[in-house]
Amino acid sequence: MQSNRRRIKDAFARILIYICVALSVALLFGIIVYVMVKGIGSVNWSFLTTVTSVLSGTSGIAGNIVNTLLIILITMLIATPVSIGGAIYLNEYAKPGKLVELIEYATETLSGIPSILFGLFGMMFFGTKLGLGYSILTGALTLTLMVLPLITRNTQEALKTVPASYRNGAIGLGSGKWHMIRTILIPSAMPGIITGAILAVGRIVGESAALLFTAGSAKLLPPDFMGLLDKPFQSGGTLTVQMYLSATSEGDFDTAFGIAVVLLVIVLGINLSTKGLTKHFDLTRKD
Amino acid sequence: MRRKAIIEKTANIIFLICAVIAIFAVCAITFYMFIKGTPALKQVGVTDLLFGSVWQPAAENPSYGILYIILSSLVGTASAILIGVPIGLLTAVFLSEMAGKRLGSFVGGAVELLAAIPSVIYGLIGMMVLNPIMFSIENAIFEGDPDHQFTGGANMISAIIVLAIMILPTVISVSTSSMKAVPDHLRAASLSLGATKEQTIFKTVIPAAKSGILTGVVLGIGRALGEAMAINMVAGGAVNLPLPFNSVRTLTTQIVSEMGYAQGLHREVLFTVGLVLYIFIMIVNWMLLRARKAGAEHAE
Repeated sequence: MQSNRRRIKDAFARILIYICVALSVALLFGIIVYVMVKGIGSVNWSFLTTVTSVLSGTSGIAGNIVNTLLIILITMLIATPVSIGGAIYLNEYAKPGKLVELIEYATETLSGIPSILFGLFGMMFFGTKLGLGYSILTGALTLTLMVLPLITRNTQEALKTVPASYRNGAIGLGSGKWHMIRTILIPSAMPGIITGAILAVGRIVGESAALLFTAGSAKLLPPDFMGLLDKPFQSGGTLTVQMYLSATSEGDFDTAFGIAVVLLVIVLGINLSTKGLTKHFDLTRKD
Repeated sequence: MRRKAIIEKTANIIFLICAVIAIFAVCAITFYMFIKGTPALKQVGVTDLLFGSVWQPAAENPSYGILYIILSSLVGTASAILIGVPIGLLTAVFLSEMAGKRLGSFVGGAVELLAAIPSVIYGLIGMMVLNPIMFSIENAIFEGDPDHQFTGGANMISAIIVLAIMILPTVISVSTSSMKAVPDHLRAASLSLGATKEQTIFKTVIPAAKSGILTGVVLGIGRALGEAMAINMVAGGAVNLPLPFNSVRTLTTQIVSEMGYAQGLHREVLFTVGLVLYIFIMIVNWMLLRARKAGAEHAE
């Protein structure tokens, strides 16, 4: 009798677990299928290469794609070296103590701050205080603070996996510390650093709340090459920001779902490439 | 030799600067949140602002009570945790204790992807799928009720469901890794005493992984409190008591939807809303630190 009831309880727990797993997986596939079905019809060559204009009767997101690429480029140009430098300091130079604790606590705090607050801060500090206004540069500087913890932590993890013998060997052969870092440590930790960078790009692509009040929402293409050079100082909405506006104030759901398809494809690509890298990383670790 | 020493010194200093940028960033953000967030508290009055329940910034006699906004954030987060954590925990049990290698990496990969989907996509799907369902339920319940403000389905429940889904990946991945870290001899001991596999999971593995699971829950709370775009798209646009079928504004969505045009005192109150959110997040951070510390002590 006792064991019978036990068996029923166990079976019940097992079923509950299966239901939850099925739910989690179904959610993902439901989202992908739904977005693809609703949005694939809007995605074609002219959607990707023109901007929405009543005059020429086109509907497209080329301007938003350029803005997104610019924000990724500028953010990564600033954030990657700073994060790698910070990680190197924490792992290779710093002695355990108050300063390291403080830096790690700050990094942790930074990764917990919601993006809308980064947006507010970016708007007040980079936008108003430094006078950059609503511009791609303001957005990129804001996002730099956001992705800093992500790249720092991945680089730190990668540095930790480099065997101490590599360091000692290089130093023992008479290499200076900086030379050792440049020629031994960074190349050995490269897969981990790249993984962190790709994850950061994913975060930037998906970000919207931090950009709405920093980078703004302009969607025109720069007219020429000089315009492109000047673009960082002008307002520019990324794909996610445009998607938000399309789905809310503009009520243009075709564009919203079209952008959703583009975003999903990017996210899938990023996910696969980090997976591939991690695998490659593990393989090289074995020998 | 001199030259080399200078290069080494410079490298050291540059790396140090890179590392302390995080400290400066946190200090600057904290500073700005307080500097910009406190003037409205003085002008409107702390109790009127924080505990006032009337939000009418555009009225002739404007009123800036954000009590309902704070309550909506708290109720939304708590409900999302109540729904999301059990589902996430059971999925984590499967990943850590039951799944074979292939099925495990398939489900784990799906969870990872779920985490990578931008929040605006969750919002869009919520708008297109959840809101119509909610609207038909709303119609069925409140038909002919003169006191009910119809929302078109953009309500608290939609926000809670979207939030619960969005915290799932965090809860699942943190819980899975903490359960995987439970040493096998505990499982073996439990099984050899005659416990079934399910009893072992719920009576041995989960209690042993408690602090890690708690960390996942706290991270989930942080994510739910801070989520802005997705719930802004599904929760409607009016400040109301957080009842299931009311349109609600949370701390985050209040900023997102009004910062674009707010002027003067209205704008300053929005900064105060930001400050309140910031303080909540700092409390969550502190809880996170405690949970991690508990985990570290447990491991020793």
